[in-house]
Amino acid sequence: MAYFLFRRTLGFVLTLLAVSVVVFAVMNVLPGDPALTILGMDASDDALAALREQLGLNAPLVTRYFSWVWNALQGDFGLSHSFRVPVSELIAERLPMTISLAVAGMLVTLVLALSLGITAAAQHRRAGDWGVMFLSQLGIAVPAFWLSILLVMLFAVKLRWLPPGGFAGWSDPVAAIRSLILPTVALALVQSAVLARVTRSSALEVMRQDFVRTARASGLSQRRVLWRHVLPNALVPIVTIVGMQFAALVTGTIVIENVFYLPGLGRLIFQSIANRDLPTVQALVMLFAAIVVTANFVVDLLYVVIDPRLKART
Amino acid sequence: MIELANLSAHFGDAAALRDVTLTIQRGDQLGIVGESGSGKTLLALCLMGMASDSAHLTGRLSIDGRDMARASERDWQQLRSRRVAMVFQEPMAALNPLRRVGDTVMEPMLLHEGLSRGEARKRALSLFEEVGIPNPDQRLRQFPHEMSGGQRQRVLIALALACNPALLIADEPTTALDANVALRITDLLQRLAREREMALVFISHDLAAVARATDDIVVMYAGDMVERGPTAEVLNAPAHPYTKGLLGARPDPGVAVRDVKGKRRRLPTIPGAVPPLHALPQGCRFSGRCPVELPCCAAQRPVFSQTDQARGAACHLLTERRDD
Amino acid sequence: MRRLPANFLLGAVLVSLVVGIAALSLVWTPHDPQTMSIPTKFASPSAIHWLGTDQLGRDVVAQLMAAARNSMTVALVAVLLGGSIGVALGLLASALGGWVEDGVMRLADLGFAFPALLFAIMLAAVFGPSLTNAVLAISFINIPIFARVTRASANQIWTRDYVAAARAAGRGRFAISRDHILPNIAAAIIVQATIEFAVAILAEAALSYLGLGAQPPASSWGRMLSEAQTLMYLAPQLAIYPGLCIVTAVLGFGLLGDGLRDITDPRLARAR
Repeated sequence: MAYFLFRRTLGFVLTLLAVSVVVFAVMNVLPGDPALTILGMDASDDALAALREQLGLNAPLVTRYFSWVWNALQGDFGLSHSFRVPVSELIAERLPMTISLAVAGMLVTLVLALSLGITAAAQHRRAGDWGVMFLSQLGIAVPAFWLSILLVMLFAVKLRWLPPGGFAGWSDPVAAIRSLILPTVALALVQSAVLARVTRSSALEVMRQDFVRTARASGLSQRRVLWRHVLPNALVPIVTIVGMQFAALVTGTIVIENVFYLPGLGRLIFQSIANRDLPTVQALVMLFAAIVVTANFVVDLLYVVIDPRLKART
Repeated sequence: MIELANLSAHFGDAAALRDVTLTIQRGDQLGIVGESGSGKTLLALCLMGMASDSAHLTGRLSIDGRDMARASERDWQQLRSRRVAMVFQEPMAALNPLRRVGDTVMEPMLLHEGLSRGEARKRALSLFEEVGIPNPDQRLRQFPHEMSGGQRQRVLIALALACNPALLIADEPTTALDANVALRITDLLQRLAREREMALVFISHDLAAVARATDDIVVMYAGDMVERGPTAEVLNAPAHPYTKGLLGARPDPGVAVRDVKGKRRRLPTIPGAVPPLHALPQGCRFSGRCPVELPCCAAQRPVFSQTDQARGAACHLLTERRDD
Repeated sequence: MRRLPANFLLGAVLVSLVVGIAALSLVWTPHDPQTMSIPTKFASPSAIHWLGTDQLGRDVVAQLMAAARNSMTVALVAVLLGGSIGVALGLLASALGGWVEDGVMRLADLGFAFPALLFAIMLAAVFGPSLTNAVLAISFINIPIFARVTRASANQIWTRDYVAAARAAGRGRFAISRDHILPNIAAAIIVQATIEFAVAILAEAALSYLGLGAQPPASSWGRMLSEAQTLMYLAPQLAIYPGLCIVTAVLGFGLLGDGLRDITDPRLARAR
């Protein structure tokens, strides 16, 4: 058990390091001269030299990499070129928005996908099953941003029930929740399409096992058998997919924030691209990639929590 | 208490169970034997209301005077565990691997009898003692993978007894266990049934185990009940050729029964196997494999008839002989 | 011959439709997709403009057709480029084993940390947004996917008797990979490629919608949608057609891939 934890943690740290090397290399080696990328071709030599000095570009690459990582570990991502404030401040300011959206999206996804998947499995080869499978096939093919546009056209433009976009912060919770509803639904519908399928097939597999018959023979209701006996046993593949979907969730929040003009990290990253603000883009890409890697690491650890047999084996 | 009258189960056109008629009273210990495919497990599942959705039941299946043949799943849920309970063949796979066995055993008590966790725990402890699990306190907190096959089967028996059922069905409870453990589980079931004055239906193709655990026996072949009677009498003097075949062509069938004390004995094989549902013969379903066939066997289905007060069989040989 | 699965048939129909329209656009579109005509902007569907015109008076059908062509091209290039690198890496890992295999698989794991969008964002920040960058980003995420599938399938083939026979006959690992392994895992790779084709179409649409892909005046379903979003109050219909096209294409390739897997897998399963 301890050895398993040690190996996984080591692997996690190494992956994070490798990710940081890739991000640093793409952002600093590929452009040749980042200062030139930021300021453009017609910048004066003086301005370029000043910016090189400010970004620490005169030091060797390896030194720059290590100081970037070292500072980042202490929460210092450098100075945003376009906003003229520390990148960490920008992130702190926008992070709550992104986290609200991601958490809400994930929760709704889980509720939707698990109920649809379990329902489909319980209704195997009957109408409910076909319905869920059809919807999920469709959900996989529908781009989140198009679904968002359709939702806005229906609920904001036509029915005027909900705002079409924007977010004014949590000071007015009702308004905040209202402006989060459409983005959350758009994010969750697309995410849950894949997850519902996985839930269904995993649950079907479990339902064939003997202990399900034992549970039924104990007089448990079908509902209880499904949710308390089948679902926990079906969870391992589901959790795997949830972990892998974090990549999609990160992508999803970036896209959705841009569709609904939500002032989160995803919106910030696009503003930074437009402003050629390399330090900010670099910090944000690293942050998003780290979230994906961390999610996969957490999933690895979750297996052990879910399945007591693994604890004995590892 | 439980009464089956002409109970049949059809899958499409094929009858997987035909006209089973029997009664089970409080304290009865009934064995059901037959090869695989004889319909004994299906019969057990019918008694639990757990035959698959595609099985169409006809005839009467009454439990406590109430006909359950076409009862809803919800009605059955009320009976399971409280009136009828079942122990399955594979103890290795029959327990939820993610739950502590104590939680599994306590679940029906909490749900059906509204016991508090403390009360349920107390009852689970005494059940574990009753079924012979040492250190019940510790065992309650274990997961199935931490237990041996015999221990798990005992846990499953404790689970089946959780709500004091009137009938316990044990479907091949010893097949997956090694011989010594099997013997002890058989004795445990028999003792529990006696002490609790509970009816026991013991399904097996292990005649020795059935002889040891039961008073009465039903022999099934291809969904038909071919012979019925007191266990000792049927095994000592089988009336149906199939029963004879099951016992093997021994000059003294008593030997088979006495074998019990020693090792468990597999059924001697009858040439061939039970034909699949769609390929059953027209008349007597045993025709084709039967060593003593009359001209009428292939064409006409034999009627189940009493040979004396307690015994009966479905075979043309018996009726023909009487006609002579 | 067994009956073909329904998902395969439906997928094949949708894919033929989309690919057919894309191919047709090479030689014929009802109008030039780029020609603007301000006086006839926001025209309703008519005999001349079947689905009407957009805010600059461009013909919607012509644009959708040109966009189909661009979308197919991007997906094709991305899957071919990323796929061939991935397959090569997977074959290499499987043939050599040992630390090479470990190394390649670790690299593949690393690749999974970067969704296509993050990669495209980095490239766009450095080089400025362009369709080429989008293609590169989508190709890149295909590499680890194909490397994994290839290695997993190839490792199974390496245990077969005929491979052992070829090795006994003194054939080299690369020759065996080419002559025995590759032909036997082709089915699995084609299935994966079909599914990734659908993913690539979706990714291109998203990147173009976000402005990281096709740049004006190139036609793209994603870009048409981002323009239509700003005109939602004026001409909501413009936000419908490109989305339907994306769904049709993605659904088609997805179903086709599932269907192909249903057809090929039982055979593979039996052979195992």
